[in-house]
Amino acid sequence: MKKSMTIVAAAALAFASAGPAVAEIKRLEITAPAAAGGGYDQNARIMQQVLQKEGLASGIQVVNQPGAGGTIGLANYVNNKKRTPTLLMGGLALVGAIITNKSTVSFEDTYPLARLSADYQPIVVAADSPYKTVEDLIAKFKADPGSISWGGSGPGSTDHMLYGLLAKAAGVEPSKINYVVLTSGGEMLSGVMGGHVTVGTGGYSELSAQINAGKVRALAISSPERLPGIDIPTFKEKGYDVNLVNWRAVFAPKDLKAEEKQELEQAIDKMVKSEDWKAAVKQRGWSDAYMPPAEFAAFVKQEHVRAEGLFKELGLLK
Amino acid sequence: MMETLQSLLQGFSVSLDPMNLLWAAIGVTVGTAIGVLPGIGPSLTVALLLPVTTALEPTAAFIMFGGIYYGAMYGGSTTSILLNTPGESGAIVTAIDGHAMARKGRGAQALATAAIGSFVAGTIATLAMTFVAPAMVSFALLFGPAEYFGLMVLAFVTVTAVLGENLALGMASLMLGLTLGLVGIDNQTGAARLTFGIPELLDGIDVVIVAVGLFAIGEALYQVSRYRHEKEEIYALKGSLWMSREDWSRSWKPWLRGTAIGFPIGSLPAGGSEIPTFLSYVVEKRLAKKPEEFGHGAIEAVAGPEAANNASAAGVLTPLLALGLPTSATAAIMLAAFQQYGLQPGPLLFENDPQLVWGMIASLYIGNVFLLLLNLPMAGMWVKLLLVPKPWLYGGILAFATLGAYSLNNNIVDLVLLWIIGIGGLGMRLLNVPVAPCIVGLILGPMAEQHFRRALAISQGDLSVFYNPMTHPLAVSLLVIAIAFLVTPMLLRLRRA
Repeated sequence: MKKSMTIVAAAALAFASAGPAVAEIKRLEITAPAAAGGGYDQNARIMQQVLQKEGLASGIQVVNQPGAGGTIGLANYVNNKKRTPTLLMGGLALVGAIITNKSTVSFEDTYPLARLSADYQPIVVAADSPYKTVEDLIAKFKADPGSISWGGSGPGSTDHMLYGLLAKAAGVEPSKINYVVLTSGGEMLSGVMGGHVTVGTGGYSELSAQINAGKVRALAISSPERLPGIDIPTFKEKGYDVNLVNWRAVFAPKDLKAEEKQELEQAIDKMVKSEDWKAAVKQRGWSDAYMPPAEFAAFVKQEHVRAEGLFKELGLLK
Repeated sequence: MMETLQSLLQGFSVSLDPMNLLWAAIGVTVGTAIGVLPGIGPSLTVALLLPVTTALEPTAAFIMFGGIYYGAMYGGSTTSILLNTPGESGAIVTAIDGHAMARKGRGAQALATAAIGSFVAGTIATLAMTFVAPAMVSFALLFGPAEYFGLMVLAFVTVTAVLGENLALGMASLMLGLTLGLVGIDNQTGAARLTFGIPELLDGIDVVIVAVGLFAIGEALYQVSRYRHEKEEIYALKGSLWMSREDWSRSWKPWLRGTAIGFPIGSLPAGGSEIPTFLSYVVEKRLAKKPEEFGHGAIEAVAGPEAANNASAAGVLTPLLALGLPTSATAAIMLAAFQQYGLQPGPLLFENDPQLVWGMIASLYIGNVFLLLLNLPMAGMWVKLLLVPKPWLYGGILAFATLGAYSLNNNIVDLVLLWIIGIGGLGMRLLNVPVAPCIVGLILGPMAEQHFRRALAISQGDLSVFYNPMTHPLAVSLLVIAIAFLVTPMLLRLRRA
């Protein structure tokens, strides 16, 4: 069966004039280990639309499995094998949850298929905050670490990581950070705008409306260089070695056959190169961060090690 | 003011377009349907519809989403009243007296006061959103952790209204709820509490699971256990289908008070729909001529909380439209939908896309009318559900509740929890322990703790944030009101004695 499919595919290849043909993946199931509406869910649903439209896959279903920062969805994905092809969404936030929740499974138990999109995180203060620049903020932070309250979602989140990296770069012990958990984006923004916490952060896409309207002031952003069209200095250019990408990616089961892996890789490769994908990513204010499997597997490991080290310094791990 | 009125009129011209009217009608119908099903909320529905709506014009899509959101708030009360199965947390309070009314054959009146109350509250709150949104938003921004803590303490006073006759049993139930609320990751430190190594418990126990377990499963099992011994009849209908003159006169003030409580709290970023429904319940009980009826089918206890629930739904849309702040799961999804269309929600949306915003606001008024037209005649039909023979009815409730609990997170552990809690609910009923205080403790306990600790983290341990009226006037006033609520009845009783 598989062989005849390959022959058909080869025949199609011979006749097709543009690009190599990719066999259509049937009844693909994408697990978003989060509730509807978040970054993983949105990435999954964009994939669903684009894969369908490009004829790369059909009968695609998105399944939401929220819980414990995504580790519930990950554990189910690894432990429950299915006959139909399946994919799992994941990212840096899930790396953090795997470590803090002491999850028994990790991305090591999957096949990292591709990194897809990136959300860079600015830090923001209230419009009437006395801190006009990162330097102002860090000066006060160094003098009296407890006086600056840093708002972010859950302990071990990408927000927490960002503050930890910044503290390290500024030469303050990360465990001195006065971290205040604000569980939703709405709480975060209103906490900063109302002056209840000093600093807030989040994906640029979540904060851009308030930044552009002047309701909050962005002091610096975590991207390696300035983002096109966004007038926020990077931490790097301000002299702080902070580089944090809130990346989101797609994973596949670990024990796939080589040709199955290749099939998925090709479909994803075609997808990220399509105009629709690029447009959808841009519309949400993310950056295209495509990274094919070989490179990506090493990257995931690296991020895991980095987060683990950081959590020790933040006092989350012993 | 004049400008707002003019914009609103323009909005009506958009939403009265026949196609947009159709989308509003579809939205409220779908919303009502998903509100009836426990476990499937408006946020999931909007997420499922998002890919489908890319082909639609944004205005039409948002008119439909608004309808779904309002519709779900209406639909949630139906199962609460008839089956004692609250589909979402805002409808939990409704179940207490609403279901008692249904058992007395006054289900139709309960559904009617819920529907009309929702209409009144939805309309007034939408008006408030239209005209006082900016003021409301600056009020909401005054709320920091210390102020939220004050609000939570005030809400805790509500527990006195649901404790029941035996204080010790009521407090035991409250403590059980507070303990269940401790389960999960502690947000400030990341430490797991009472999770026993089960990863599914890390996020805590969902309120809907506990409410459905204690109310629906516990109640159904209890009825099954009594079935052979006593023949308590559930009357689908006794007397008229319509609200009597007395029902009206006992309902209209709770509707208005519920609206006044629900809208401002709903517009707070961490306000939610539970606290306003609780507060409305206690206010109505305090003001009622016959407070002894509460818990046994008082119509005020349905009218007030239902109005508060719907008003809070409009409240949630206020910071979303005015500031781009998503303060609920549904609002977060709508925010994602705005982005799908390349729209920037937030302070500039009113300037950049007035047609869309005002069209959507206008269609919320129209959606409210549709909902009333849809739900009022349905009340008579819904109550016939109670004519189903008892074994079938309770079997159906058990199946329905189980299905709903599973669809919440697609998680088997939730089902196990649901049944453990349900059996616990049966035990509580057999021992005459009231279940409502447990729910109050479960909802408010974790919130109060979080805000308390956040406030102290920010102040670096300085407790004066809770009593210094110079630095935190709002927090102090809320705490003073809470104390007054608690102490005044005691003082009055002392004076009478």
